[in-house]
Amino acid sequence: MNIEKLNHSPSVFDEAGQENVDPNLMSGAQIVIEALKAQGVDVIFGYPGGAILPIYDWLPKAADGKIHHVLVRHEQGAVHAAEGYARATGKPGVVLVTSGPGVTNSITGLADARMDSVPIVLISGQVPTFMIGTDAFQEADSIGISRPCTKHNWLIKDTNEIADVVHSAFHVAQAGRPGPVLIDIPKNVQIAKGLYQSPHARHRQRYQPKTRPDHWKMETLVEWMETAKRPIFYTGGGVVNSGVRASRLLTELVDATGFPVTSTVMGLGCYPASGKNWLHMLGMHGSFEANHAMHDCDLMINVGARFDDRITGRISHFSPHSRKAHIDIDPSSINKNIQVDLDIIADAAEALEMLLEIWTSRGRKKDQSSLNEWWKTIGQWREVKCFSYDHDTHFIKPQYALERLEALTAGMDRYITTEVGQHQMWAAQFLRFDEPRRWQTSGGLGTMGYGVPSSLGIQMAHPDALVINVAGEASWLMNMQEMCTAVQERAPIKQFILNNEYLGMVRQWQELLHEENYSQSYCDSLPDFVKLAEAFGFKGISISRPDELDDAIIEMLEYDGPVIFDCRVVKLEGCYPMIPAGNAHNEMWLGPPNRDQSEKAEESVLV
Amino acid sequence: MSKLNLSKGASRRSAYDLRKSRSSNAEPHTLSILVDNEAGVLARIVGLFAGRGFNIESLTVTEVDHTGHLSRITVVSTASDDVIQQIRAQVETVIPVHEIVDLTKDGHSIERELALFLVDEEQISRTQAQELAESFGARLIDTKTNHIIIEKSGTSDEIDELFDRLRSAGLKEISRTGVVGLSLTT
Ligand SMILES: Cc1ncc(C[n+]2csc(CCOP(=O)(O)OP(=O)(O)O)c2C)c(N)n1
Ligand SMILES: [Mg+2]
Repeated sequence: MNIEKLNHSPSVFDEAGQENVDPNLMSGAQIVIEALKAQGVDVIFGYPGGAILPIYDWLPKAADGKIHHVLVRHEQGAVHAAEGYARATGKPGVVLVTSGPGVTNSITGLADARMDSVPIVLISGQVPTFMIGTDAFQEADSIGISRPCTKHNWLIKDTNEIADVVHSAFHVAQAGRPGPVLIDIPKNVQIAKGLYQSPHARHRQRYQPKTRPDHWKMETLVEWMETAKRPIFYTGGGVVNSGVRASRLLTELVDATGFPVTSTVMGLGCYPASGKNWLHMLGMHGSFEANHAMHDCDLMINVGARFDDRITGRISHFSPHSRKAHIDIDPSSINKNIQVDLDIIADAAEALEMLLEIWTSRGRKKDQSSLNEWWKTIGQWREVKCFSYDHDTHFIKPQYALERLEALTAGMDRYITTEVGQHQMWAAQFLRFDEPRRWQTSGGLGTMGYGVPSSLGIQMAHPDALVINVAGEASWLMNMQEMCTAVQERAPIKQFILNNEYLGMVRQWQELLHEENYSQSYCDSLPDFVKLAEAFGFKGISISRPDELDDAIIEMLEYDGPVIFDCRVVKLEGCYPMIPAGNAHNEMWLGPPNRDQSEKAEESVLV
Repeated sequence: MSKLNLSKGASRRSAYDLRKSRSSNAEPHTLSILVDNEAGVLARIVGLFAGRGFNIESLTVTEVDHTGHLSRITVVSTASDDVIQQIRAQVETVIPVHEIVDLTKDGHSIERELALFLVDEEQISRTQAQELAESFGARLIDTKTNHIIIEKSGTSDEIDELFDRLRSAGLKEISRTGVVGLSLTT
């Protein structure tokens, strides 16, 4: 259909002067809802305001009960909740906010989703087209502000374009490397009438990222695999985003080749933690064995990870003896931080499938005796037991709390999210994930305040599952208003707060790198979390002794509703092992370093 | 009067160029980017360069297909090959981008720039200016006023040469388009 021909004046008068309204015409607001329904949207996270009211007006009228709207308490919460939903389901998360402050409040969420490749479609209201640029009430340059933290954004100036843009937005958010998109719709465009188009009416989208790997490159990689003496799979969030098939193929390939596998914090669960080739997470707080294997390997196969600085440590000392192959759907992630020997632009599942196919057709060759040697070396690194810690009978160690949480919830239909800080890294170290999408955390942006709203988003997607936010007390306060939303939605999210009364990760860096100058990292005047829970209308639990832990966790699990679990842990525990920023993989600290060592961390300018 | 204060070293080829020297393997690359001509597309490209710390030495943009609404953006950026590769990959992630070509690296190409020089008629006669312009393959623009304006199109180096010559001959104003280019490998 040619929209141009409709000439944007859909209501015409016939000869008798009677208004002749095309029965297919709808208001822009209704078109938005129709398009969302056609995209299979079942949940929206949002917050109303003047410039988005026409869409809110149509939401109950047009949604036919197919779309459930979750009224968050802050727009940042809306985006994180949508991220939680998206990362737990693989479907895009949808957000609805008003102009001006509604959009500016959303920006942290968009930046977070951009970094962690989460598909989000955010629809914002805007002042009417004829007022744009006049500093109208609640006007902000939403397109300008959100441009660097979205994959793409649109300002719609014509009602007839709405359906097309919404359908394109869902395509862009999900195709290739997923990410957030924003659609800004001025109020008059929401009110004016126009034509709806179904997604099928659209021409083919021009944006079609490459997903199929080059065959010759995969053959080269198989050749390298056949002769590798010390290979390693370095996997990341790209495997999770590609879908369960990618995880299944990865597991099959890893188990068949017998190669060791590690993963970034984003990729936990893409290879089962119970699998025998699992070396645990790598990176700054990753395992001794994973980091040493990365350093000493002769073949590194990166699937869907992006050589983040939290992973590589000092670039000049990063895995000096290896050939590196990088499989990624985003060409701009390849050769950005680390120059690789083989660049493979592809979807993880398609690449893994082809890899398995070629390796099998060539006779499943590998250098078994070298592999045996390699595993022997890895076994020695494993012996270091890098996650061990000193137990305490009087006070709760955060690691112990997580071990008990893991023991008492393992095997349940469980989803974990976190805030940002020491507790986040301990959660990554001590909780185990055998499937993708069971774990999420703000990895790239490191957004304190991610946990509460994302736990709500996960619970909206999986109402019967056990959803736990492993939190630090400081981060938890940043978006705690979303507990109201949880009550309203009867979402029984469990808030497991490892309360050390400190901005613990900041305190740790000050201890190690700033001569124990604990400037502004102590959290005075914390709320009474039990009373706070009661004020919200649900259960609060507070404990401080290790022997109370199991019963209290069981009490939390058995309570039918949200719980704030205030777990008073020791205050000064450090999170180890650690590669201080700027050190190499084989220069890990297993515990608090002595002075000389911390002075060696010369690159303390790094964050 | 002009806000420009054209001193020695103001041209790129001058020995007085005081800009920080870049890493030795950094070279200027002319990147030609074909985009959908939609609102904000230039801001997307320029914002990407600024946000990721890539440099822009010159920039031109205009619509080249008025029915298909395609614009060509030509950017000159000085960087090492690795960084140029990264710039290309990043630019390709921008949704309205159809294509990016490195005119400096991808086969044969030509590059041209156009400059307008306003020269002080009290320091140089029209005939002298005429002769000078001709010797540089440039021409005088007939403005129907007393102003002497020289129009020069050519490579950026040629324009710099004429600039250096005119600076001592009463140059008052200069405006340059920045580089446009065409790939000859199709
Ligand atoms: C929004 C935001 N502001 C600041 C930081 C820097 N930061 C990282 S961890 C951290 C402390 C977190 O404290 P808490 O939530 O109590 O976790 P803990 O480290 O104590 O486990 C801070 C301030 C951040 N990541 N995000
Ligand atoms: Mg804390």
